[in-house]
Amino acid sequence: MLDVPQTATAGIIRRCEDLFADLNFETVRAWKAEQPGRKVIGYMPYYVPREIIHAAGALPLGILGGGDQLEVIHGDAYYQSYICRIPRSTIELGVSGRIDFVDGMLFPSICDVIRNLSGMWKLMFPNVGSRYVDLPQNFEDDVGGVFYRGELNEIREWLSGITGKPIADDAIRASIALFNENRRLVREVYARRTQEPWNVPSSELYLLMRAGLILPVEDHNLLLRDYLISVRDQQRPVKDYSRVVVSGAFCEQPPLNLVKSIELSGCYIVDDDFMLINRWEKSDIAIDGDPLTNLARAFLHDSNSTSPKYEPDLAKKGLYLVESVRKNRAEGVIFAMASFCDPALLDRPMLQDILKQHGVPQIAFKYAENSGQMQPIREQAGTFSDSIKLWSGA
Amino acid sequence: MTVFTRPKTKTPDIIKDASMSKQKEMMNRHYERLSDAPERGEKVAATFVPGNLNELLMCFDFANNLPEVNAIQSGLRKQSGGYVMEAEKSGHSEDVCTYVKSDIGMMAKGNIGPNGRKLPDPDVLLLSYTGCFTFMKWFELLRQQYKCETIMFHTPYMADGKMTKDMIQYMVKQLKQDVIPKLEKVSGVKFDIDRLREYMRKSAQAEDDLVWVLQSAKTKPSPIDAYFGGIYYIGPIFGAFRGTDDAIDYYRFLRQEVEERIAQGKGPVTPDGDMGKERYRLVVEGPPNYTHFRQFWKMFYDEGAVVVASSYTKVGGTYDFGFRHDPENPLESLAEYCLNVYTNRNLPMRVDMLENYMDEYQADGLLINSIKSCNSFSAGQLLIMREVEKRTGKPAAFIETDLVDPRYFSGANIKNRLESYFQMIEQKRAGVRSAA
Ligand code: SF4
Ligand code: SF4
Repeated sequence: MLDVPQTATAGIIRRCEDLFADLNFETVRAWKAEQPGRKVIGYMPYYVPREIIHAAGALPLGILGGGDQLEVIHGDAYYQSYICRIPRSTIELGVSGRIDFVDGMLFPSICDVIRNLSGMWKLMFPNVGSRYVDLPQNFEDDVGGVFYRGELNEIREWLSGITGKPIADDAIRASIALFNENRRLVREVYARRTQEPWNVPSSELYLLMRAGLILPVEDHNLLLRDYLISVRDQQRPVKDYSRVVVSGAFCEQPPLNLVKSIELSGCYIVDDDFMLINRWEKSDIAIDGDPLTNLARAFLHDSNSTSPKYEPDLAKKGLYLVESVRKNRAEGVIFAMASFCDPALLDRPMLQDILKQHGVPQIAFKYAENSGQMQPIREQAGTFSDSIKLWSGA
Repeated sequence: MTVFTRPKTKTPDIIKDASMSKQKEMMNRHYERLSDAPERGEKVAATFVPGNLNELLMCFDFANNLPEVNAIQSGLRKQSGGYVMEAEKSGHSEDVCTYVKSDIGMMAKGNIGPNGRKLPDPDVLLLSYTGCFTFMKWFELLRQQYKCETIMFHTPYMADGKMTKDMIQYMVKQLKQDVIPKLEKVSGVKFDIDRLREYMRKSAQAEDDLVWVLQSAKTKPSPIDAYFGGIYYIGPIFGAFRGTDDAIDYYRFLRQEVEERIAQGKGPVTPDGDMGKERYRLVVEGPPNYTHFRQFWKMFYDEGAVVVASSYTKVGGTYDFGFRHDPENPLESLAEYCLNVYTNRNLPMRVDMLENYMDEYQADGLLINSIKSCNSFSAGQLLIMREVEKRTGKPAAFIETDLVDPRYFSGANIKNRLESYFQMIEQKRAGVRSAA
């Protein structure tokens, strides 16, 4: 059994759980209904410039598929069996009217599936604005940077078209400041988990981070602050668990049970790439100067590495994972990837090689967002944890 | 239920038209050049078919090795299955694109080309990133193996159905500041834009004839099969020949051949000789299967089904809507070429294009061959099918195979599916006739 959290923490996590489980997005509907003219902009994983959406006065809403609770009735008719789950459950959310309050959808350039989904959205939901976010794979300021700034400007205009209002530079600056704060708090929660993973279980951290994709950033900031305070003084039992990094879950999300199962099998997750968007930029985005250029620069030079992003330098390929292992004092890496996820699964052998070169133990498995059977994963992760302990004891 | 077995006796000789033999000879020369490259001190570049900048690579005297073409060759020669398994044994997931795995497996097995000789290691990987996200991982994997210069050339996606000035500028800048300087460095050859112009002029000439040939399928009966035959027709221009005199000669020759067929009222040439009466005209979306190519094709020509237009023949560049390599604006034109690649067009554009083919080529229906490997093509095809069906009122069908993984080719199922599809077309016709 997972340790029962203390009361304040429990309240916060319960709220996050409710948000996570609500496939009708009632809180977002309520937020929208509070003031006439409010707009909601949905986005697919893994990164979009939420600051501009916020500056437009709209709510950025992460659409991360349907999880294991959504019954996919229509979505399967749009996809062959060999395509991952997230696009079909996203279509399901759309066709079933669960996200009918969304005024615009953003599809980042993560893979061919999401790319094509952007066009499907145009055909299937012609009354909803839909836009592809083309992220640069060239990281020079005057090449990829200029291109991306142009792209950001187009997103700004697209959003203005939806809200009917221009978006001022100052508004974007203010939003950047708020999201900087959000990222700082997110980093703090992550750092806290690294230090005391028994006090910040990953299933809690996961729910907290998911809440950040639903709540307005101001509310999420408060929530993160409250959580940090609530866990500051509490002490949950320390277990003799292994410390692992989970890699590859940046898009289609594993069921919450999978995160819990890894923990229950005897592993503390000390780093992960679930919902990269919350920690996309590694430090604050500059406030002064042209805000779009600042966003572009941060994307080019200060964002996380992940498989959909090109690594121009062979010598650096995959080192971020080795670095994460070192920084978080992890003893091994669990590759958990969505079935049929080309970017993750094609990257995996390269990452595995690099870990091997650095002597980092690892295991790999696949999941689907609706995977129900956790026993094999629990066993695999348990054996891995035991072997790490044995190995480090020897 | 029809069960397909391998023929026990020797396969009868494949009937080829003269252009096919000519192409075969070109391909043989190409592979010999590649195998000889190390000995002759020639540098080798690897790049992809979509966004293949052959003219640019020629400016630096590179021999152009296209891993997808090698995978196709392995598929046609029934070697890819073994290569794919080899890659899976070494840790590659069964879920991912089999083109990549065929290439990786072939590398692991000594990288022996279709000419039976070792293919050279590349000196540079030109990662022309258009139309498919898998390309990036593919070349990151090759880079890890060969440790050679790798150049990312990023093409933005035509997500809103248009090409913008910003997109072109971004690409031209990449060419000027990154791609060309790196190619100069690896090759030791200075870039000469006039040389590029000259190659592009030649490209445009061959492209004219290619388009003429592809559009000849508007004739009834169609003198060509624009999918199975089309795969041969696109070979030189999507591969290492665009911009060469060889390509000009080949396409002129091919055009003459097709002109003659039209004059004689003939249909396409199949591996079993001239096709019989044309009974069904189809538009096909999606790549073909290469491991059972002949068997697959036979299921069509045996029934009198001819493919009059296909999207696959636009995967290495869409020319039939007017694009030609433009020597007056060489770098911009290379950018435009990459942007125009079929899978770099958004889904609504793909639907429009197929709808247009259905009308222009007077097709009876749309057939989608959905490839397990290829998310780039496949994700969204079921919606494409419904849309085209809805807009044209003509029947569509869906089959599933793979490019080079023989495990995903179920001949009996496909044949059944095709037979019912042809019946559906018949019924539709009968319905139209009785309504009239
Ligand atoms: S899970 Fe992977 S393949 Fe599927 S949409 Fe996400 S990134 Fe693409
Ligand atoms: S995914 Fe499709 S387009 Fe991409 S490399 Fe594989 S077969 Fe080619």
